[in-house]
Amino acid sequence: MTMLPPASPRKLGLVIDLDICVGCHACAVACKEWNEGSQFGPLPDENPYGKEPLGVWFNRVHSYEITESGSREPGAGGERQASPPAPDYRLPAAGLTVHFPRSCLHCETPDCVTVCPTGASYKRAEDGIVLVDADKCIGCKLCSWACPYGAREYSEQRGVMQKCTLCVDRIYNESFGEIDRQPACVMACPTRARHFGDLGDPDSAVSRLVAQREGYDLMPELGYKPVNKYLPPRPRRDGSSCATAKTAPAETLDATKLPPLLRWMDKILSR
Amino acid sequence: MHPALSVIFFTVISGAGYGLLCLLGIGLVADPRVLPRNEALLCLALGAAAAAAGLTSSLFHLGQPQRAWRALSQWRSSWLSREGVSALASFVPVCALAVMLLVQAEPLYIRLAALVLAALAVSTVYCTAQIYASLKTIRAWHNSYVTPGYILLGLLCGAAWLLGVHSLFARSLDTMLELRADLGAIVNHLMMQTALGLLVALLALISMVLKILYWRFLATARAVATIESATGLGRFGRVRSAEPPHTEENYLTREMGFKLARKHAAPLRKIAGLLIGMLPALIAPLLLWPPVAMTISFASICSFAIAISVTAGCFIERWLFFAEAKHVVTLYYGAASA
Repeated sequence: MTMLPPASPRKLGLVIDLDICVGCHACAVACKEWNEGSQFGPLPDENPYGKEPLGVWFNRVHSYEITESGSREPGAGGERQASPPAPDYRLPAAGLTVHFPRSCLHCETPDCVTVCPTGASYKRAEDGIVLVDADKCIGCKLCSWACPYGAREYSEQRGVMQKCTLCVDRIYNESFGEIDRQPACVMACPTRARHFGDLGDPDSAVSRLVAQREGYDLMPELGYKPVNKYLPPRPRRDGSSCATAKTAPAETLDATKLPPLLRWMDKILSR
Repeated sequence: MHPALSVIFFTVISGAGYGLLCLLGIGLVADPRVLPRNEALLCLALGAAAAAAGLTSSLFHLGQPQRAWRALSQWRSSWLSREGVSALASFVPVCALAVMLLVQAEPLYIRLAALVLAALAVSTVYCTAQIYASLKTIRAWHNSYVTPGYILLGLLCGAAWLLGVHSLFARSLDTMLELRADLGAIVNHLMMQTALGLLVALLALISMVLKILYWRFLATARAVATIESATGLGRFGRVRSAEPPHTEENYLTREMGFKLARKHAAPLRKIAGLLIGMLPALIAPLLLWPPVAMTISFASICSFAIAISVTAGCFIERWLFFAEAKHVVTLYYGAASA
């Protein structure tokens, strides 16, 4: 059934800390590994060792650079400033590089579910996880067109749409110890930039983290109400964005005072 | 967006078929003997065949076409599902009308079936358009020009095809007089030819104006989102993609990152406008001019030229509709706005 279920109090999702993500892609690889063998797998690759490999991944890690201070001017080219600047926020200066993992945000009101003609795409009433039933999917790709976050990737080999499952087959898996009942990407992150929990519960650890760090939604203007939240980079201690390496002052050398052999060597080596 | 040929063929040919069926339905509601029986049957068959051919073609776009029947289940939320239901349902009045025309049923029944057919035909094209118009992620689709465009172009193609079929049933004045046949039939034929010619010219002009307004809208439309709002990093300044997540293509960059059309849009738009609007609007009035209208060869050439021009123009227009459209997800891969 692709009608959305009534809003549930339980909203399982991820909180991703852009301040400490180092862009190592461990989350993406761990996700690929787990889901390859999970009940939602495989995640097939085309031509994996060939010239142009292509494959399904549920998690992609981008890197962005903040090139200059000041927001994009609205107007020419139809651009507009979409996220209002937070006035009391100490801004790191331009030059900041941010690693940005992108996966399904398990939105509260996603169009990817309602556009599905078959009922294969659905949102679970009990915890809000958005899933695809691969046995019902006809591979029309419409849900991937409806998703602004690029969360869904179509598998040419399987002929169906695939997406992040929030490791639903891990997080409820009683054969795992309590501590291991978390999505594979969260388990793998070496800097603990990923947190998993119930964002519908205001007292949960993830909700408190979001409140404390001013976690935000991606593209709120589209109105899909993402459950996953992103935590912005913290302001740098010295107000700048990057630690400028303290390079030792360059040594000076007066070559004219060297003996002829060394002067010749200096000349040759300086070329 | 990647322009899939199966979907382009489906929307153009099914659109034309349902446009034809809608106009035929309206004509039969107005007068159950609006066309001679055989001509009406041929039009009905052509419309149904085009609709069926388009629907079959759309199956080739699916990864699992054998499960296509499942697409009829979610009509409560999905425009794609509604389209499927409406498309299949319209074959019921098609079959009913075919039988009624064959057995020359009561005009009232013909009118009723024709009314249902016209309604279902137009609702199918409406649902097709809504599939695209409801996607908030694509600025070129999520606007109020898209749905009228689909319906108008469907009707235009349908009218042009009706004109083409109509010219097959022309009979020369000389043979008619020799055979002392019914002069009324010739007069009816000419009147219908005139009416269809006028309808085509009118629809062609309105369609062209709508497409020009649509293209003008695209040039000035506000972006759905920016890379700043997509990453939420706009508060720090301008955001630029520094490193993509993968060195090769993936499904998203292949499906949503199609750039070729935006490079060549201007000449293609001109060709589409010429074929959809200018040519039909210039040729159709010739059918009102007695020397052309009453000479079968001239009238047939004009009618077929219009049908071919409009259909070809629709293919180019539809290719552009898909290929020019920019998806919001391209923001993550380096587009500044979408």
